[in-house]
Amino acid sequence: MADKKFTEDHEWIEMDGITGRVGISAYAQEQLGDIVFVELPEVGTTFAKGDEVAVVESVKAASEVYAPVGGEVVAVNAALEGEPGLVNESAEEDGWFFEIKPADAGELDELMDQAAYNDHIAD
Amino acid sequence: MMNKQGRPTNTGDAGDTGSAARIETATGHYGLDHNEPLIFEQGVPGRSGVDLPEIPDAPSRLGGLARADQIGLPDLTEPDVMRHYVRLSRKNYAIDMGLFPLGSCTMKHNPRLNEKMARQPGFFDVHPLQPESTIQGALAVMDELTHWLTTLTGMPAVALSPKAGAHGEFCGMMAIRAAHEAAGEGATRTRVLVPESAHGTNPATAAQLGLKVDSIPATEEGRVDLEAFRAKLGPDVAGIMLTNPNTCGLFERDIRAIADAIHDVGGYFYCDGANFNAIVGRVRPGDLGVDAMHINLHKTFSTPHGGGGPGAGPVVLSEALAPFAPHPWVVGDKDGLHLVEHDGDQGDDAPAFGRLTAFHGQMGMYSRALTYMKSHGTDGLRQVAEDSVLSANYVLARLKDHMSAPFEGPCMHEALFDDRFLEGTGVTTLDFAKAMIDEGFHPMTMYFPLVVHGAMLIEPTETESKQSLDIFCDSLLALAEGAKGNDKERFTAAPHFAPTGRLDETLAARKPNLRWSVAQKPLEAAE
Repeated sequence: MADKKFTEDHEWIEMDGITGRVGISAYAQEQLGDIVFVELPEVGTTFAKGDEVAVVESVKAASEVYAPVGGEVVAVNAALEGEPGLVNESAEEDGWFFEIKPADAGELDELMDQAAYNDHIAD
Repeated sequence: MMNKQGRPTNTGDAGDTGSAARIETATGHYGLDHNEPLIFEQGVPGRSGVDLPEIPDAPSRLGGLARADQIGLPDLTEPDVMRHYVRLSRKNYAIDMGLFPLGSCTMKHNPRLNEKMARQPGFFDVHPLQPESTIQGALAVMDELTHWLTTLTGMPAVALSPKAGAHGEFCGMMAIRAAHEAAGEGATRTRVLVPESAHGTNPATAAQLGLKVDSIPATEEGRVDLEAFRAKLGPDVAGIMLTNPNTCGLFERDIRAIADAIHDVGGYFYCDGANFNAIVGRVRPGDLGVDAMHINLHKTFSTPHGGGGPGAGPVVLSEALAPFAPHPWVVGDKDGLHLVEHDGDQGDDAPAFGRLTAFHGQMGMYSRALTYMKSHGTDGLRQVAEDSVLSANYVLARLKDHMSAPFEGPCMHEALFDDRFLEGTGVTTLDFAKAMIDEGFHPMTMYFPLVVHGAMLIEPTETESKQSLDIFCDSLLALAEGAKGNDKERFTAAPHFAPTGRLDETLAARKPNLRWSVAQKPLEAAE
């Protein structure tokens, strides 16, 4: 597995071969508070980078999850539908949202690595 | 502590928090604070409120559709029912009990004169299908309300029928879409600009109409970023939805420039009028370039939630949008007043986009709002706006050095704080709000607007006296001091003195349990 890459909007993507897993960062789940609902995209849908792909709802607010790169959704984490709290417990592992097949791998290079993201959230 | 039905009751655990531990009473009641079972748990078979004669053994005319099984309602006497609901009502908090600082909500006092007027039989018992000749008084109320609303806003037309703020937004955006369609641009104008600090209903309304929401960032000072807004303009823009004063409690200073810019690209300006209380009688939205704005009769013109009836969200419309206003409206001629209900009716010279309600809107709100307007007069309404702004600024001035205000004052009708003053205390905005319940107040709006971290939005309204505001501010100052002084338990376990302790909001959202049934075990939380 390659390292995680992060967006300014607190999504992460971790590539494994030609697909990448996407979720929200540990920092994001902490800011949102207890997550009570996750709306996932349909497998087979294609999104452009920055499109709204999923919705995450906490006791405080509902927020959109944006596509970190453009591409086709090839899998979703169905476990979140029954157990949205997984995002709180394991935002960057078991609490992943969906898997996407990037249309343009070059878009990955525009994202932040862990160190840059840490700087971003420290601001 | 559990009640007899196995549900956790009261705060019970107050002993853990250093406050006086409660004794166990035999009934589970604590004086006037009753341990009240659900009404379904109080039924005793055979009880009833009314004795009805046996049904004679007549042939059924229900064609086999007669109910065969039990309806499942509890058997209760009239006093059982009366006492249950009165006891429940005593556990509630209401604007008639005290200050209700919910921000962006305008929880003002509901004058009793409104109620007296709304209960006049001609308004109270009116039926929407009565012949026009018998409802001339009700139509006169609608006609006069139209006059007041158009005069106060400087707009030429109003659609009275929307039944709430969000319904009014829907109405205004429908009119905007109808105008674009009439110009042959319905298919191409699909993007709506919405500031980040908007009420959540704004983007929801646009999405409901199939329009794409494009959000505009806020500046450091809490207002719309004019440059970012200009950069988003284009021929596909249907309009902008803006709240003014905005949800940070600030007046959008660039509002004229925003209106001109949106009009230059052929879009319309929707203004969310939820905060009209801050400017009523002082500023006419028509002069600001607004094309459509809803007015929450049940906020600005009293009768807030629970204050005597449902809502009403009439929408005022500019010259450009007026022709598309939904039916019905009132016109007058030598024979009296008439409702215009259909295209082509006398008094209808342009095609309406349709209608939003089966009938004519909320008569109970029309009569209350008009009473409020006429009893205050234009000078009184102007003073409403001035006093509401003064109240909020008083709160801001008294609290800003002890709590933390994200934006420089002065504010409009609501004072906004963030959670920087709680940093390092282990107390969150939620805990702080819960502690306010122990102080005898309804909490303020929290975690909104989203542009501020851990937001607390306080709208005291013009209703409150200086004494009342002082008690409120003193209480918040004491809480702020307690939070900083390591008195964490007071907050994290709050409320200590409410009919129920801290509820598990997460469990309630994840596993909502909304329906009682005989077989149902007591709630999970009790296990």
